[in-house]
Amino acid sequence: MKALLLSLALALSAMTAAHAVEPGERLANPVLEARARVISSELRCLVCQNESIDESGADLAHDIRMLVRERLVAGDTNAQTIQAVVNRYGQFVLLKPPVEPATYLLWFGPPGLVALGLVGTAFWLRRRYVSPVAVAPLNAEERRRLERLLQDNEG
Amino acid sequence: MITELGHFALILALFVAIVQSTVPLIGAARRHLGWMAVARSCALIEFGLIALAMLSLIHAYVTSDFTVINVIQNSHTDKPLLYKITGVWGNHEGSMLLWVFMLSLCSAAVATFSDNLPPALRARVLSVQGMIGVGFLLFILFTSNPFLRTFPAAPNGQGMNPVLQDPGLAFHPPFLYLGYVGFSVAFSFAVAALIEGRVDAAWARWVRPWTLASWCFLTIGIAMGSWWSYYTLGWGGWWFWDPVENASFMPWLVGTALIHSSIVVEKRDTLKTWTILLCIITFSLSLVGTFLVRSGVLTSVHAFATDPSRGMFILLLLVVAIGGSLTLYAVRAPALKGGGLFAPISREGSLVLNNLLLSCGCATVFLGTLYPLFLDAMGGPKLSVGFPFFNRSFVPMMIPMLLAVGVGPLLAWKRGDLLGALQRLWAAYIATGLVVLAAFYVTHGGPVMAVFGLGLSAWLFTAVLTELAERVRLFRIPAADSLRRAVHLPRSAYGMTLAHLGLAISVAGFSASAFDREAIEIVKPGGSISLAGYQVTLEHVDRLPGPNYIADDATIRVTRDGNLIRYMHPERRYFPVQKQTTSETSIRTNLLADLYVALGESDTKGDWTVRVYWKPLVPWIWIGAVVMAFGGMVSLSDRRWRVGVASRARRVEPRVLPVAGE
Repeated sequence: MKALLLSLALALSAMTAAHAVEPGERLANPVLEARARVISSELRCLVCQNESIDESGADLAHDIRMLVRERLVAGDTNAQTIQAVVNRYGQFVLLKPPVEPATYLLWFGPPGLVALGLVGTAFWLRRRYVSPVAVAPLNAEERRRLERLLQDNEG
Repeated sequence: MITELGHFALILALFVAIVQSTVPLIGAARRHLGWMAVARSCALIEFGLIALAMLSLIHAYVTSDFTVINVIQNSHTDKPLLYKITGVWGNHEGSMLLWVFMLSLCSAAVATFSDNLPPALRARVLSVQGMIGVGFLLFILFTSNPFLRTFPAAPNGQGMNPVLQDPGLAFHPPFLYLGYVGFSVAFSFAVAALIEGRVDAAWARWVRPWTLASWCFLTIGIAMGSWWSYYTLGWGGWWFWDPVENASFMPWLVGTALIHSSIVVEKRDTLKTWTILLCIITFSLSLVGTFLVRSGVLTSVHAFATDPSRGMFILLLLVVAIGGSLTLYAVRAPALKGGGLFAPISREGSLVLNNLLLSCGCATVFLGTLYPLFLDAMGGPKLSVGFPFFNRSFVPMMIPMLLAVGVGPLLAWKRGDLLGALQRLWAAYIATGLVVLAAFYVTHGGPVMAVFGLGLSAWLFTAVLTELAERVRLFRIPAADSLRRAVHLPRSAYGMTLAHLGLAISVAGFSASAFDREAIEIVKPGGSISLAGYQVTLEHVDRLPGPNYIADDATIRVTRDGNLIRYMHPERRYFPVQKQTTSETSIRTNLLADLYVALGESDTKGDWTVRVYWKPLVPWIWIGAVVMAFGGMVSLSDRRWRVGVASRARRVEPRVLPVAGE
C-alpha cells in the first residue's frame, strides 16, 4: 500500500513546477520562521527523491511545512515538532535517520571502515618496510664466501 | 524499413560480440595470431553495426515514426528537433542502446589505437569488451528493445517530460555514459592482466590514458547534471545526495583513486593488486549505477517486482560481471607481486592515504544510498538517508584528504621529508589564515564550517601553486632558468596542478553556499525586492508562445545603487501535451556571485511570487569541475602516452607471451 501511495504521489509531484517555501506560508514571527526553515531542511518530502520539504514544490511538502509551523506557533520545541511530523508520516520523513540498532551499521560503518583501513594499511606498510631489514642471518657457507671476498678486496 | 534494419543490425552485433568474446581469447591462450587478430575486426564491425542501430532509432524519432512503441512513448511531433534527437536517450531502452553504442565506440578505439600493445593483451582486452557487449545486447534485445513496433500507428506521441527538454540535460547522459563506459576499458585491461598474470609499468601506462579520459568525461557529466539541477529546480540546489547522483558519484570517487594508484604502478611498480581491484570496482559501480538508476529499484524495492524479467536479468548480469571478475581476482591476484618498497611518509604513502580515504568515502556513499533498500529488503523499518547523513560521515573523511592533497605532491618518492614539506608550505599557512580571518570578518563569524571550508580551499590552492613553484625552483635560481624549467616540465605535471587547482576552486564554491541569501515575496507588477544590495523590480509579465509550450515571461529590472545592471527574464512554461508547468530561471553572474531569479505562481489579483537568491561563489563549483577535467586532458596529452614512447618500452620486454595457467 505504501509503495502504491508512493508511486502515485511521485506521479503527482512531477506535475507541479518545483517551488519551495511559498511567501503565504511564512510565519510573521521571524524567530519562529527561522526555526521552521531549519526543521524543514531536515524533513523529507515523502514524494520526491531526497528533496527536503523546504526545497520541494509538491503539495504534500506544503502540508508538512504548514504542520511544522502550526506546531511551532503552538509552542512546541524543535524536537517535539519533528516528533509530531514523525507521528503522522512515519520515520521515513527524517532525512537524518535516527541512531538505533537498525542503523548502527549505517552510522558506525564508515568511521569503522576508515579506522580499519588505517590500521590495516599501517600493518601492511610495516610488514613490507621492515621485512627487507630483518633478513635471515648468513649461514656458514655464506659467511665463508663473504670473508673470502673481503680478503680478496684487501689483498 | 529503416527501423527493421537497425533492429537487424543490433541482432547481428550480438553475434559479432559473441565471436569477439570467444575466438580471440582462445587464440591468445594458444598463441594463434590469426585468431587473436579477429578481435580487432570484430570490434570495428560491432561498432559499425551498433552505430547503424543507433542512427536508425534516431531516424525513427526525427521522422516521428509512431509505429515504434518507444517513439510513441517518448516523442511528439511538436517537439523541437534537438529534443527529438536527445529524446532517443531520455528513456530506458534508448539509453541502454546509447550505453552499448558507447561501449562499442570504446572497443573500436582500443582496436584502432593499440598498435603498441602486445597482440595477446590486445586480444584479451577486446575479448572482455566483447563479453560486456554480449551481456548488454542480450539485455536490450530480450527485455528493453527500442525497435518494437505496434500497428495501427498511434496518431501522435505522448511527448517527453518537459523537465528533460533542456540543453543541459540533453548532453548530460552522453557524457556520463562515456565516463561509465570508458571505465570498461580499464576493467577489460584488468581482467586481461589477471588472465595473463602480469602487471607492470607498461600495463599501467596503457591503461592510464583510458582511465584519465573516462574520468574527464565523468567529471563533466556529473558537473552538467548538477548545473542542470541548479538552474532548473527554481531555488538553486546543486547537489541532493540523491541516489541517482550518488550512482554517478561513486564511480567518480573510485575512478579518482584509480588514477592516483595507477601512477604508483607506473612509477614504482607497486600497489598492483590494489590497482587491479580498483579497475574492477570502478566499472562494477558504473554497472550498478547504470542499472539501479534505470531499473527504478532505488525509489522502491517494489519497482523491481513490477518488471521481474528486467530485474532478474540485471541481477544476473551484475552477478556474472562483478562476481566473475572478483573470483578471477581472488584466484590470480596473489600471483602479482609488488616490487618497489617505500616508507609510510613518501609520495607513495600519500597516494595510499588518498586511495584509502577515497575508497572509504565511496563505501560511505554506497552504504548511505543502498541502506534504505537493504533495510526494506530485510523487513526493517522504512527510512530515508539524506544530506545530514552524508554531511556527517562523508564530508569529515574528505577534510583530511584535502589537507593531504596540499602536502603529498611535495613529498619525494620512496622516503619523504614531511617536516621539510610542511616548512616549504609557509605561503599556504599565511593564505589560509588570511582567508579564514577575512571570511569571519565579512560574514560576522558566519557558519563556522563554511568559513573553515574556504580556508581549506585557500590552503589547497596555495599549496598546489607552491608545489609548482618548487618544481621550477622559482626565486632560487635566475628567473630565466625557472622559465626554462617551466617550459620543460612534463604536461602530466601541469595536468596534476590544474586538476588540484580545480578541486580547490570547487571546494570554495561548495563551502560558500552556506552564505546564500534569499528573498521570496509576492509582488505586484511594478513592485520590487531588495537583496544583497540589488534592487529587483518586476516590470511586467507577458504571455508568449513557445514551440511546444506557452510561457509567462517576466521582465525584471535589476539595479544597484540606482544604476541599471540588466534586465532578467525568468519564465513559467506550460506544456499542454503533458499538462505540466516548468520554471525557467534567470541567472546573472559576475563569476564571484550569482543573482538568481525565479518566477513563481500568480494569484487571482495578478500578483506574482518572485524568488530572488544571491549565491556567492556558486559558479566556482562548475568552473572548478571544468578546470579539473581540463587538467585531466592536459595530462592526457603528455608525450609519455604517445604511440612511439610506449612501443619503445615494449621492446625491452621479453618476446615470449605468457600463457594463462603457466
